[in-house]
Amino acid sequence: MSISKQKLKQLVLGTATGLALSITSIAQASDTIKVGILHSLSGTMAISETTLKDTMLMLIKEQNANGGLLGKQLEPVVVDPASNWPLFAEKARELLSKHKVSAIFGNWTSVSRKSVLPVVEELNGLLFYPVQYEGEESSKNVFYTGAAPNQQAIPAVDYLMNEIGVKRWVLAGTDYVYPRTTNKILEAYLKGKGVADKDIMINYTPFGHSDWQSIVSDIKKFGSTGVKTAVVSTINGDANVPFYKELGNQGISAEDIPVVAFSVGEEELSGIDTKPLVGHLAAWNYFMSVDSEANEEFITAWKSFIKDNKRVTNDPMEAHYIGFNMWVKAVEKAGTTDPEAVQEAIIGVAVPNLTGGLSAMMPNHHVTKPVLIGEIQEDGQFEVVWETSGLVAGDAWSDFLPDSKDIISDWRAPLACGNYNVKTSKCSGQNYE
Amino acid sequence: MTITNQIKTVVLLLLLLLVPGTPSFADTSEPKLDQAVELLKGKKFQQKYQAIELLAESASPQAQSILIALLERRLFKLKKTKQLVIAEKQGKTYKIQQAVSLEELGEVKKRALKKISLNNKMRTLIRSALASFDLKNPDREKRLAAVKQILDKADLEKAKIIRPILAQEQDEEIAESMSIIIALSDLSSDDAKQRNSAVTLLSGNIHPSVRNALNQLQQQTDDKALARSIKQALDSIDAKLQFYAVIENLFFGLSLGSVLVLAAIGLAITFGVMGVINMAHGELIMIGAYTTYVIQLLMPDSIGTATLIAIPIAFVVSGLVGIAIERGVIRFLYGRSLETLLATFGISLILQQTVRSIFSPLNRSVETPSWMSGAWEINSALSLTLNRLYIIVFCLLVFAALFYVLKKTALGLQVRAVSQNRAMARAMGVRSEWVDAMTFGLGSGVAGIAGVALSQLTNVGPNLGQSYIIDSFMVVVFGGVGNLWGTLVSGMSLGVANKFLEPWSGAVLAKILVLVFIILFIQKRPKGLFPQKGRAAEG
Repeated sequence: MSISKQKLKQLVLGTATGLALSITSIAQASDTIKVGILHSLSGTMAISETTLKDTMLMLIKEQNANGGLLGKQLEPVVVDPASNWPLFAEKARELLSKHKVSAIFGNWTSVSRKSVLPVVEELNGLLFYPVQYEGEESSKNVFYTGAAPNQQAIPAVDYLMNEIGVKRWVLAGTDYVYPRTTNKILEAYLKGKGVADKDIMINYTPFGHSDWQSIVSDIKKFGSTGVKTAVVSTINGDANVPFYKELGNQGISAEDIPVVAFSVGEEELSGIDTKPLVGHLAAWNYFMSVDSEANEEFITAWKSFIKDNKRVTNDPMEAHYIGFNMWVKAVEKAGTTDPEAVQEAIIGVAVPNLTGGLSAMMPNHHVTKPVLIGEIQEDGQFEVVWETSGLVAGDAWSDFLPDSKDIISDWRAPLACGNYNVKTSKCSGQNYE
Repeated sequence: MTITNQIKTVVLLLLLLLVPGTPSFADTSEPKLDQAVELLKGKKFQQKYQAIELLAESASPQAQSILIALLERRLFKLKKTKQLVIAEKQGKTYKIQQAVSLEELGEVKKRALKKISLNNKMRTLIRSALASFDLKNPDREKRLAAVKQILDKADLEKAKIIRPILAQEQDEEIAESMSIIIALSDLSSDDAKQRNSAVTLLSGNIHPSVRNALNQLQQQTDDKALARSIKQALDSIDAKLQFYAVIENLFFGLSLGSVLVLAAIGLAITFGVMGVINMAHGELIMIGAYTTYVIQLLMPDSIGTATLIAIPIAFVVSGLVGIAIERGVIRFLYGRSLETLLATFGISLILQQTVRSIFSPLNRSVETPSWMSGAWEINSALSLTLNRLYIIVFCLLVFAALFYVLKKTALGLQVRAVSQNRAMARAMGVRSEWVDAMTFGLGSGVAGIAGVALSQLTNVGPNLGQSYIIDSFMVVVFGGVGNLWGTLVSGMSLGVANKFLEPWSGAVLAKILVLVFIILFIQKRPKGLFPQKGRAAEG
């Protein structure tokens, strides 16, 4: 009798603790802060975006190991928009209305960002966008942690013009919104500096272009007039490999005609034989080779997280690092994850970047960053040959385009406008065009 | 006789040893060298530019060896002692020697060294400095490279060094380049006669440096007679350049064409002969490309052989996948082209995702064998890139082989028989099912071979196939379904048309124009360039 009683007791106790445990775990589950990750894991853009998903998972894991946020654990919600632009909007909606995420980190191409934009504005979400882009946009709900044109393209051109003495320019790009807008800005900038029309050659190619023979041959002819010539490349993704290969095969070295690229980083180079590319340039706000303590820690953490000692780090990863830490700090400052409160709190927040400085969120939702110019080395890394003396604040509206030079963006209280025209003193609301 | 000879040699050797003034490497008293070494250790590039100029001026063998080491990235700074050293990698450690005295300092770990940084301007300066060293090098190749470098960079300062040594130069090619450099520097001479004879010498020379120099002089000179002769010289240059530009364009067109033919020729069999709309054709090409990647991984030391071996292996691998697709799916769908289209499209997605899961979504780097990189330089205006040249030849070989198989072998006969009249062929004892599988396997295998070729030109990634599938169908339809010759002619002509349109319309528009042209053409001649005639056409 007594034995069975004891057993019964044990049973009851066991069930009770079990029940209690399961209740707490339910309570915990509902008491996490959800973070949405919106990067393509399949399709064309998977090549670049998968890495960013992993970066976010790593950052969230680290934050949780350090005690989470506001005493709660962070819970990543990963969705796959499959490199399909309309699907990006659908998935963003799913993240915000179904999963109730506190912030979304994601997108790569500008067209996917444009497709997500109305959704995050309608549902008042937060989007952290980590890739260098063409500017001409500033939304209340988006934070642009990648470079604006004045944080990448303009300094690169300045470097070529002043340090290398380039007088003739080839602007080569893939045929879509980012290269077209960037080249428009660069063309206006160059002309403003007194470069003649005949000294600028502009060329667009389709996505994934692989037959570069004629274009490279044209560049060679354009550059053989005895005047220093450089190529400013906004060629995107895959197409770069055959482009550089063709340059090598036609015997154009970086000493003859240097190519400065805005979309070629460590990750892209890891798929190429870099010997013929030595000396070509890239402009970014971060290089894996940068010698700083924060960077060394980040690289070690990344390699052990991804369990591959050969994996590289790159600029958009740093942008997520900055963006995520800013969001964390802003949430701590506001004491809540409520988007309105975070939007207000995040302006002025400064966090360490990986190059050894502090990056701050500006009122126009862009961040301050150093600009670095690196030359490609044989091991696929970059050697920094030039950098801006201080940090450069991202400019949402280019000063070099006639349509946008009078427009400023300031999301702080009295103005609270993404495109305020200083001449007409009007804010055209959320219509950017 | 022999003994006296031997004695002579010994005496000569002894004499040589006794000759005083052989440059001793331990001698570091040269101030320029020391100054340069200090500057090289500095952080700023400006200091390094100065250092290189100092080294060039010092013209000592030590300076040359330092410059070469710097260019080859073997120049380091010891972190502890701040000594400048030249290091040689030996396994995991580096063997180092003092940069100036060349004194051996033993072995150190990589961490103890800091590489001296290098940028483009430094590379240019070093090459220019080394060129003046190499002008007197006994090795012909070195001298030729030096002269070429000077001419390409229009580095006319060097004319001073060249002038006295031109007469001694035995090699014709080098002497010619040298006299061009001298003529170029003569263009800016004050003596009118010298200028005129320089212009006459340079007339018709298509080197870009010559053209630029003449152009510049034409704009500056006040001398009318000189201006006239310059104009004549420039006209003759331009006429030649135009001619070579057309040849170059033709080459570009043929090479693009041969890529199209390679991609399409497998489809010409599966779609053309069998009538199967195989949307997974591109993925079979991709499998071939990945096969090359894997073979190269297995044989990392002999990339060239690996690439050649990959050709038959890719044929087999893609062929087997093709046969599996045919036996597993397509044979149930013969005669239902819409369903075949959808099913094979599904297969193509499955294959892509499989590759993504196995090899990751990132592109894989397939190396180009050394004999395929670079260009065959015919003259300074026309050079044909070797990889493209090989691929044109390869395309023609594949075409010939395939043609032979279809026209001269038993399998080819059976394939043609089944595709022309299946019932009759079966009545004659042909195993039509087996022939179907073999034909599809053949077409798929050829797609695999195309993949090997494409791996040398473009990215090897999961999306490789997608970018060629449309072009492949375009070529086959334009050439006439079921006709190998049609595929060859249409591929080549589309390639050439594209390349001649491109300079005029841009790459994007050229593609569109070609597509529009094909649509219009198909409206007029629905059966393509070379339609099949006779009974086969009705089947």
